[in-house]
Amino acid sequence: MPITYTSGEQVEVYRFSVPATILIPLIALFLQAWLPLGLHFFSIFDLPLLVTIAFAMARRGQISGLLTGAVIGLLQDSLTHHPIGVFGIAKTVVGYGASSLGVKLDVENVGTRFLVTLLFYVVHETVYFMVARGLVGLKLEWSWPHELWSALANALVGVALFAVLDKFKQRT
Amino acid sequence: MESVLGRYRNLIVLVGVLFLQVLALAVQVKRTTENEPTRLIRIWTVSTVTPLEKGLVSIQSGVRNLWHNYFFLRGVRAENRELKQEIERLRLQQVRLSEDAEQARRLQTLLAFKEQFISKTVAAQVIGSSGSEQSRSIYIDKGAHDGIAPDMAVITADGIVGKVMRVFRSTSLVLLIDDQTSGVGAILAKSRLQGVLHGRPSGEVVLEKIMNDEPVQAGEPVLTSGGDQIFPKGLPVGTVSKASKGSESFLDIRVRPAANLSKLEEVLVIAQKEERAPSLSQTAPVRAVDVLAGRLPSVPDKPATEDANKTGTTANSNQTTPQTVGTRPAKTPAVGSTAPQSAQGSAELTPKPTPTNAAPNKSVGNASPSSNQSVLPAPPSPSNNTTPSNRLLSRKPTTSAAPNNAANGMPSAAKPDQRKPDQPKQDQPGQDQTPSEDKPQ
Repeated sequence: MPITYTSGEQVEVYRFSVPATILIPLIALFLQAWLPLGLHFFSIFDLPLLVTIAFAMARRGQISGLLTGAVIGLLQDSLTHHPIGVFGIAKTVVGYGASSLGVKLDVENVGTRFLVTLLFYVVHETVYFMVARGLVGLKLEWSWPHELWSALANALVGVALFAVLDKFKQRT
Repeated sequence: MESVLGRYRNLIVLVGVLFLQVLALAVQVKRTTENEPTRLIRIWTVSTVTPLEKGLVSIQSGVRNLWHNYFFLRGVRAENRELKQEIERLRLQQVRLSEDAEQARRLQTLLAFKEQFISKTVAAQVIGSSGSEQSRSIYIDKGAHDGIAPDMAVITADGIVGKVMRVFRSTSLVLLIDDQTSGVGAILAKSRLQGVLHGRPSGEVVLEKIMNDEPVQAGEPVLTSGGDQIFPKGLPVGTVSKASKGSESFLDIRVRPAANLSKLEEVLVIAQKEERAPSLSQTAPVRAVDVLAGRLPSVPDKPATEDANKTGTTANSNQTTPQTVGTRPAKTPAVGSTAPQSAQGSAELTPKPTPTNAAPNKSVGNASPSSNQSVLPAPPSPSNNTTPSNRLLSRKPTTSAAPNNAANGMPSAAKPDQRKPDQPKQDQPGQDQTPSEDKPQ
């Protein structure tokens, strides 16, 4: 059944198995921590964010989306030396927003996935920037070119990652 | 009321979750102290992720070692040859520097100056990173079980890397020097200006708190100042890559780190530092001639009887050798303008490398002969068929110009000591005067 634009009644909701729900974010976290050792440029990617968006858009539930984002964000915070919660807050907002938008969009479309990832990467960075500066006191520098290039790179990787994660989706 | 809650349930949950996180964040920010306990969620996450990283890094390094150590050995001979040449060059350089160091130590001793020494290090492998551009930190495979503690300095052979931030059971989080929350006391090597080294959000490393009117040139080395009580003084930090006027009254100095922070594999954690005043007896000055003597091809030993005869015939020539006695005999010219004749005469000696003749010129406050021998290889025994120069070089002559000659690349052994090596020096305090067996009675 094709999912049409803004056709709320025809939206298909997917779920992931418990092992996939646990292991996929953990693998994303692990790769995010390990790959930059050999590939330094990899630190511009945010695999946990892409997983958050993918889960939220597939499940299309706002609560599950925000909770997924919160948990993944808090775990990601645990690997840094900053206070726990900066990534958590940013990814909570992204999880909620992506799941809200997923209800209204054809998320199977590659173009839509690309644009949604691009948008939410910028949203994530904005929230992170505000929390880190306002609450934690980190002196971050906002650079539009850097953020846009990173958003573009993440969106491209996101499209590929979503295709991989489609294999793990189960219809409810 | 219920309908309102039901209608805005998702939004309420969102606000609730965000509120909790903001609250938790505020508590953490307020409580940030030196002795802040590690959060349980950190322990869980690190305990889950780091074993995977450890395993993968170990497999990766195993495969790499197998390839590099067993299969890919192309060019190893040439590299080995080059490294040997490098060692020779560095040994000669060491001779020159050891003289300077010795002088510095004497002055420090006079001033009762205390210095920090690295007394224990723990080698560790880098197994992971924080994975975030905003948190420049790495994980190493050594933790509390290996004696790692917070605030220990982490270095490589090239320069400093960072400090231990958090310690877990078998891993540790290291904050790199290019993180914006790090701070290292640093000093410019030439101008001796002190500042604070910080990272910037972009990853650049800058040296702050140096006034605008100070002359700082690009290329100047930066060292640790020891003022942060974490890094011992004098470790290489990097070099100044750019120095320009800053926005305030301080210079904007950018530093290129000496250690490659983006490609770290193995690091050393300074587990123990020791603060002690240097004593003169700690060092064994190595002379250039000793280094050169060690480089010469060895000559087969002569029969003992022949040695004794030769020694008996040439002993007198050595007794005439003037020996200047001073506070530092090793630096004193034994024979300032060594005559070729006397040099040849002394070259016919057959010194056996006994403890007595191995270090004939023990200076006041310098190392004992045994310690000197432990640093350098024993000089080869000369024989009759050796050329004069070789015979001279195979001994341990004493020349004041030895270190300088070595530094200039000159064969300092061309000025040999005319005194017989096994002949005791009567006029030097603290000298081991036990006669050797082959000394004529």
